[in-house]
Amino acid sequence: MLTIANTSFSSRLLTGTGKFSNAGIMLDALASSGTELVTLALRRLDRRDRDAIFEPLQAAGYRLLPNTSGARTAEEAIQAAQLTREAMGTPWLKLEIHPDPRYLLPDPVETLKAAERLVQLGFIVLPYVHADPVLCKRLEEAGCAAVMPLAAPIGSNQGLVTAPFLDIIIEQSRVPVIVDAGLGAPSQAAEAMERGADAVLVNTAIATATDPVAMAAAFKAAVDAGYQARQAGLATPGLRAAASSPLTAFLESGGDTHAG
Amino acid sequence: MIPMQADHDFQPPDWQTSGLSLYAKTAADVERALARPQRTTDDLMALLSPAARPYLETMAQLSHQLTVQRFGRVQQLFAPLYVSNACANECDYCGFSMSNRVRRKVLTAAELAMEVAYLKRQGFEHVLLVAGEAPRVAGVDYFERALQQLGPEVAQISLEVQPMSTEDYRRLHRAGLHAVLVYQETYHRPTYHQYHTRGNKADYDHRLAALGRAGAAGIHRLGMGVLLGLADWRLDSLMAAHHLRYLERRCWRSRFSMSFPRLRPAEGGFVAPHPLSDADLVQLICAWRLFSPDLELSLSTREPAALREHLLPLGVTSLSAGSSTRPGGYAVEPDIALEQFSIDDNRTLKDVVAAVQRLDYQPVWKDWDPQLHVSK
Repeated sequence: MLTIANTSFSSRLLTGTGKFSNAGIMLDALASSGTELVTLALRRLDRRDRDAIFEPLQAAGYRLLPNTSGARTAEEAIQAAQLTREAMGTPWLKLEIHPDPRYLLPDPVETLKAAERLVQLGFIVLPYVHADPVLCKRLEEAGCAAVMPLAAPIGSNQGLVTAPFLDIIIEQSRVPVIVDAGLGAPSQAAEAMERGADAVLVNTAIATATDPVAMAAAFKAAVDAGYQARQAGLATPGLRAAASSPLTAFLESGGDTHAG
Repeated sequence: MIPMQADHDFQPPDWQTSGLSLYAKTAADVERALARPQRTTDDLMALLSPAARPYLETMAQLSHQLTVQRFGRVQQLFAPLYVSNACANECDYCGFSMSNRVRRKVLTAAELAMEVAYLKRQGFEHVLLVAGEAPRVAGVDYFERALQQLGPEVAQISLEVQPMSTEDYRRLHRAGLHAVLVYQETYHRPTYHQYHTRGNKADYDHRLAALGRAGAAGIHRLGMGVLLGLADWRLDSLMAAHHLRYLERRCWRSRFSMSFPRLRPAEGGFVAPHPLSDADLVQLICAWRLFSPDLELSLSTREPAALREHLLPLGVTSLSAGSSTRPGGYAVEPDIALEQFSIDDNRTLKDVVAAVQRLDYQPVWKDWDPQLHVSK
C-alpha cells in the first residue's frame, strides 16, 4: 500500500483530468487506470455552477488533489490554495508554481516558500519540483507529505531524462516520491517504479492517446509490473559471461614462466 | 511587483533581405525544417515559403499532433465585448475610422452590465474587451473602472484597445487584467504608414513596444497579430516571429497568443492589397504551430463556419463564438449596425459548441481563476 499523510492507496498511479476531449472519456479512462488520487486545476473549476468535471469525480469517489497551476508566485499559490480548500473541501494540494508558461518548469524558490507556509496552514502539500535532491530534502523538512519531482517537462513525453537525480531523491527521501510529468509511455512508468518511485502521475500520455481508456489500462499494468519487479528484487545488470577469454586463455594452458 | 527587464528596443530585421532569403527556400530546406524537433526562425522561413506548399498535409498532421500533445483535445471559448467604437485614428481598412460617418457609442456602466450579463447567460467566462482608439472617452480610467466592475462577474478579462504606458498597464494589471492584445497589423514600416495616416496609431514604434511594456507590467498573456492582407503575409509573419522570440526572452513569465485576422469587407469598401487564400491561411497556422508548440493560436468569427471547422484541428486553441463586433450588440441595441468588420461565422454559440464537440474537442469556458491573481 502507498501511504501519503496517513492515507492508504492501493493504486500507485495518480492521474490528471485535463486534455480529455470530454468528461465521459475522462471518467472511463480514470476507471480503467484504477487510480484513486486525481489532480484537477482550480483555474478550470467552475465555482459558480455545478462543475462538469468536479461533480462527477466526487460522485465516483476519487480523492481529489487540487492543483495551483497558473500561480506564478508563492503568494498567488497560497491564495489559490485557500480558495481551493474551501471550494473543493479538501486540504490536499498539489503545489505547482511555474512562472514560465512555455515549459511549465517549477520555481524552486517560490515553491519552498509556499510549502513552508501551507504546511503551517494545515494543508497536505505535495509539491511539483525539479528532480533536485537537495530541494526535495528541504521540502521534506518543511513538512510536505510527498515530493513530486519531474521526469521531463510536462507534456513532453520524453521519459526519465532526470533518472540519475531521481535515483538520489529516491535513495534519500523519507516521504513518498511520486514521479510527475514527462512520462510518455507505459514502459517509462514501469521503469520509474523499478527504480524505486513510490508512485507516478500521468496525464498527457493517457488523455491524448487515440484510445485513452486502453492507454489508461496499459499504464495501470505497467505501474503494477514495475512495482512488483522492484519488490521481487531486480537482477542487477552484471558483467556478461564470456564464452571464451581470448586475451587471458593462455593463463590456463599451463606452463607458468615463473614456475619451476 | 514581479521584476522584469524593461527594454523595448525590438526592430524587425530588414524586410527586403529577409524576403530574398524566404523566397529562396527550397524543398530541401522545408524537409530539414520538418525533421527538426525544435525550429528556429530560419526553419520558419522555409515553412512560410512557397516551397512548403507541397508539404501542406505533412505540416497539418504534425501541427495537429503537437497541438494535441501540448494543449490536449480542448478548445478555449471567449467572447469579444465591444465597449466603444469611438476612434481618433484613420485606418483605411477599419469601420471605426474617424472619418467614417457612423454614430459613435461608448458603453456606460449600466450598458456594460447588460452586455456582460448576456454573455454570462451564454456561459462565457472569458471576455475580451475591445474598443477603438479614443483615449479621451475610453482611456485607462474607463478601462480600470470596467475591470473593477466586471472582475467579480467573469473569470478572465482580456483587453484589445490602444497601446498604453507601462504605468497604465500596471494599473490595469492591479485591477485584474489578464491579457493584453496589441496587433502590430504590419511590421512593414512603409505599409504601416500608408494605412495608418492619422491619430496615435500612426506612431509605429509606440505600438511595436506596447507588448513589452505590458509584459514588464506583469500582464499574464500577451496577444500578437498581423492584419493578414495588408502586406506580404509570409514576411509579415516572419517578422512577428522575431518579435515573439524577442518578447519571450524578456517577458518569460507571460504566455503568448497569436491571432489570424484576415481582412474582411468593412465600411469604406477597403480591398486587401495582398489577399490570402484559404490554403495560405492553413500554411500559416501550421507554420506557426511547428515554430512554437506552446503558442496559443486564436481564430475569430471573421472566418466562415465551414472553414473554421477545417482549421480547428490544425493547431487552433481558442475560438470566439456568437460574436457581435459593435458596442451594445449583444443586449443593449442588438439590431443596429455599427460594426468594426463583418463576421462570417454567424452561427449561434450553441451551434459552435456542438461543432467543437463533434470534432471531438472539449469546449473550455474557464481557464483562469481571479484568485490566482494577487494584486499589489
